[in-house]
Amino acid sequence: MPSEKEWGCATCKNMFIRVDRDRRYASTSEQNFRFKLLEPKAEPDVHSTDFEVHRNWLAITHNLTLDKWYYDNTSEWTLDYPPFFAWLEFVMSFVAKYFDPQMLYLTNLNYKSDMTILFQRLSVIVLDFVYIYSVKRLSGFIGDGKLLVFILLMSCPGLLMIDHIHFQYNGFLFGILLYSISHIIENNCLIAAFWFAVLLNLKHIFLYVAPVYIVYLFRAYCFTISSVDGVHTPWYSFSLANLFKLAFTVIFVFGLSFGPFIHHIPQILSRLFPFKRGLCHAYWAPNFWAIYNFVDKVLQNIGTKLGLLRIPKAEASMTGGLVQQYDHAVLPSITPTMTIVLTVVTMIPALIKLWHLCADRRYRVLSFVYGGLCGMFLFVWLARSRESYTHDIGTVDFPLSAGRRGRQTVLNTNNSRELLTVPLLYPKNLFSIKFFILLTHVALAFVNIRTLYEPAKVKGGRRIRVLRLPMLRQIESLYLYGLIVLCVYDNAIHGLWGLDKTLPFLPLMLTSVYCSIGVIYVWLCYYYYFLTFNVSQVPTLCTVNLAEKYKKTS
Amino acid sequence: MTRRADPDKFTVTKQALLPGILFSLLVRWCVAAYPYSGYKKPPMHGDFEAQRHWQEITVHTPVLKWYHNTTQNDLQYWGLDYPPLTAYHSLLMGLVADWLEPESVRLFASRGYESDSHKTFMRWTVFLSDIYLYVTAVLCICIDAERVLGKEPKEPKCVLKRTDISTTLFLLYPGIILIDYGHFQYNCVSLGFFLWATFFIIAIKNDTLATIFFVFALNYKQMELYHALPFFFYLLRKCFIGMPLGRGKLSHFIRCFNKLAVAVIATFVIIWYPFLKGWEHVFQLVHRLFPLDRGIFEDKVSNVWCMVNVFIKLKTIYSNQEMAKTCLLITAMAAGPACADLFFRINIKKFVPCLINVSLAFFLFSFQVHEKSILLAAIPVALYFPEDPFMCFWFLLVSTFSMLPLLLKDGLLLPFIATTVIYTSFYSICLKLSQPNSGYFSIFNANRVNKILYPNKKDTSHVLTFLSLIFVISVVGMVLLTVGTVFVKPPPHLPHLFPLLISAYSCVHFLFFFFYFYYQQFSLPMSLPCVSQKQKRK
Repeated sequence: MPSEKEWGCATCKNMFIRVDRDRRYASTSEQNFRFKLLEPKAEPDVHSTDFEVHRNWLAITHNLTLDKWYYDNTSEWTLDYPPFFAWLEFVMSFVAKYFDPQMLYLTNLNYKSDMTILFQRLSVIVLDFVYIYSVKRLSGFIGDGKLLVFILLMSCPGLLMIDHIHFQYNGFLFGILLYSISHIIENNCLIAAFWFAVLLNLKHIFLYVAPVYIVYLFRAYCFTISSVDGVHTPWYSFSLANLFKLAFTVIFVFGLSFGPFIHHIPQILSRLFPFKRGLCHAYWAPNFWAIYNFVDKVLQNIGTKLGLLRIPKAEASMTGGLVQQYDHAVLPSITPTMTIVLTVVTMIPALIKLWHLCADRRYRVLSFVYGGLCGMFLFVWLARSRESYTHDIGTVDFPLSAGRRGRQTVLNTNNSRELLTVPLLYPKNLFSIKFFILLTHVALAFVNIRTLYEPAKVKGGRRIRVLRLPMLRQIESLYLYGLIVLCVYDNAIHGLWGLDKTLPFLPLMLTSVYCSIGVIYVWLCYYYYFLTFNVSQVPTLCTVNLAEKYKKTS
Repeated sequence: MTRRADPDKFTVTKQALLPGILFSLLVRWCVAAYPYSGYKKPPMHGDFEAQRHWQEITVHTPVLKWYHNTTQNDLQYWGLDYPPLTAYHSLLMGLVADWLEPESVRLFASRGYESDSHKTFMRWTVFLSDIYLYVTAVLCICIDAERVLGKEPKEPKCVLKRTDISTTLFLLYPGIILIDYGHFQYNCVSLGFFLWATFFIIAIKNDTLATIFFVFALNYKQMELYHALPFFFYLLRKCFIGMPLGRGKLSHFIRCFNKLAVAVIATFVIIWYPFLKGWEHVFQLVHRLFPLDRGIFEDKVSNVWCMVNVFIKLKTIYSNQEMAKTCLLITAMAAGPACADLFFRINIKKFVPCLINVSLAFFLFSFQVHEKSILLAAIPVALYFPEDPFMCFWFLLVSTFSMLPLLLKDGLLLPFIATTVIYTSFYSICLKLSQPNSGYFSIFNANRVNKILYPNKKDTSHVLTFLSLIFVISVVGMVLLTVGTVFVKPPPHLPHLFPLLISAYSCVHFLFFFFYFYYQQFSLPMSLPCVSQKQKRK
């Protein structure tokens, strides 16, 4: 939303500016649209283990009967996604046959013909259309700068990198998530619940978002009356029929998914939730545990130097690359139950706030998005770096629906989140591509988001702030500069000093610790903003289109 | 400096500038991830190996031996055949490579050296050269184009002259991206120098700097001779302007001419200084630069001789000497009128069309043409883009398409398709920007495209409608030929069927464009450019 000032002086000039801006967005939007589709094509020779994972799943679903899908362990990459995803692979395997039938042989491990790669890449591109459609739909709800949102979501560098370079189907999955959210914005709770259930059955990682959905749907759908003051809950308006409808939808989807596997559910569950893996992935996710591990490591080194501790050497190999259980040397070790408890504890305040907020009809949508953002990434067991994108998507989505007050935090998150994943993605020879994907996106964000919030500048009226990035506070700018320094260190200096032989994992560790500081900072900002979020503080919450819509309905 | 920047009028549209430039750089890097020419193809490899070999030679042998066949420098194996500036550039990069990865430039031992880190290094050298010379030049030219426009507020602002749009469009031109980053060459350097020279002529009007930069370009690749004639005639004509009445005409001319001559000669001397120790070195260098014995063309080139060769086997009938003379004559005949027009009916706006015409004439009729040489004609066309988007876009498409056999050989089919689609879609967006209600396919409609330039024109012309029809047919033909090349196996007695078809198809197009741009140049009126001295006297 533009500020009132901008609306206030609705002169011809202003109109011209807006038209001009829209045009500009049009240009870049389309540009990024293409770039999303075509970029992977220009990406010939890099594919990760996930590439083999998906090939193997194609083979499993194509060759084996239903009851063996979750038992096969010819390859070490066993099927560990929920059933709908397995069905998706099953369907795709029939198309794959026409590209290269050999990729469907179960024993054909690490098979990489050109046609296989082409097929896999194309499948990502084709499934990405779901994402494009959802983004288009979602950005349609925003009044001003809808194209900007469209572009920013399309050019989301994390998604591009992970889907098209690393190889996964996140774009497709987020497409479904966004589609579901768009239905929530339209107040079609049942459809939203349906699609979210489908999504859960495609990839169970979206359980992160599930609490928000549950609270929201329960409050907004199962209570027919929305209270005005936002705190009082009208328990008398509880509608059993609505609850029943909701439950039926969700159970129907789950039944459809798990029904054919009714006898194998324990096996599936053991595959879906492998608690044997360690706290930290080899590529450290920038979450709370990165800091925790780092502190432990430092304490351990200090301890051994001072002779206070004696630690057998075998233990000191946490960053050794394998996903394993690891016992902390100094600090208490972390068990899965502890992480779950921590996650729940940190979530509860946000959820309570959400419960109250979504009572008011006008603010439901926004509160929903906010709630989703105050997510649980920080404390989750085995969070990989990629999962941070659960939030990234939402982040870009709402700077425009938020009021002016939130903009700083918003933009900061937006950028730092994206910046921080760069170093976490190897291999190095793709550094430049990633770098420019990121730069393009950041340039778009910095240049264009600002114009939405700030009225046109008076010439020379603004102080020039040294070294401060637009729309960020001093400390936040400093943080971003630090990130650049860190990036340079990782990519150049570390190797030049010859440290890569003795301390091979130092850059990774440093980046993830540094990034986790940033993420925690942003998360705290959000959390604070969300908890203190007050209806009266934010004058224009609803987007234009929605506001009109509610006018009509009420 | 005749035109001082007016601080009030100096507005540059830069909303999408940074993302646009970064995006075009991103496209470059995406193409760079593909293999280069001669990737894992011993024994001769390709242009990548040539560049690496030159680094090896320049680092490890003395300057005077660079162009001579010695025990250390086997000229049969990718001998250096570009002017000294290329050699210096190679030396510079070779020294860096020697520091970073000595194995990659070791004498003899490094032949056919290929490793991922070295590939990355080489790509970075192209990228940095590109950024420093080509990108900056494009940016300056586009900024100036908009600035000039800003001074004439009566004229409605055309989208294609906005700095951000025009820069991005220029930088996204697929031809040079594919050749420099895919195939692997340093065209961005010579073309960057050339663009700087053009910038000094059309924007700053500083003739001395223009000559110096053009000499740089010429000394990077001798192919820049394609552009030499317009520069020469334009600058020569300018020496006649601003003559005082009555006496002193001759001294004025000599003064003007001397300035340029001194610039040219001094630059040449500085660049060739190490080779001036004896005439034999100079002759050897010139002999290396213009190898007459390499035949009239290589592979399949979309020029006239290659077309004629289908019916008459030129190589067997005529000797190379005879052919060279014929080529020279016909090229002079083809390029002559354009130069004469530039000389006698001088107009600053004619300069770029004249560049197009002369370089196309050279491409079509001259001796020893590569398919990559089309870039030399394509860059002036890209300069001309804002003036005549419909035809220029068509030309640029065809020029990229004409290099398809080469790109296929390097395994660059996907980048070719991807970059072309990106370029086309970006162009169609630009059109949509100025006419929001037009569809995405209005690029095929010449009338609509021309409406951007002349929004006041209401009627549609039949010529343009006819041109649009041809354009559609031409694009369909290109798509069909591409599909055919990739999927259809040619009959066994005609193994080169598709490359030949492609070059013939493009050649017909180029001939057509040749006439079209000739017409464009001749239809511009004469207008004397103002000369700095005149204004100073005022």
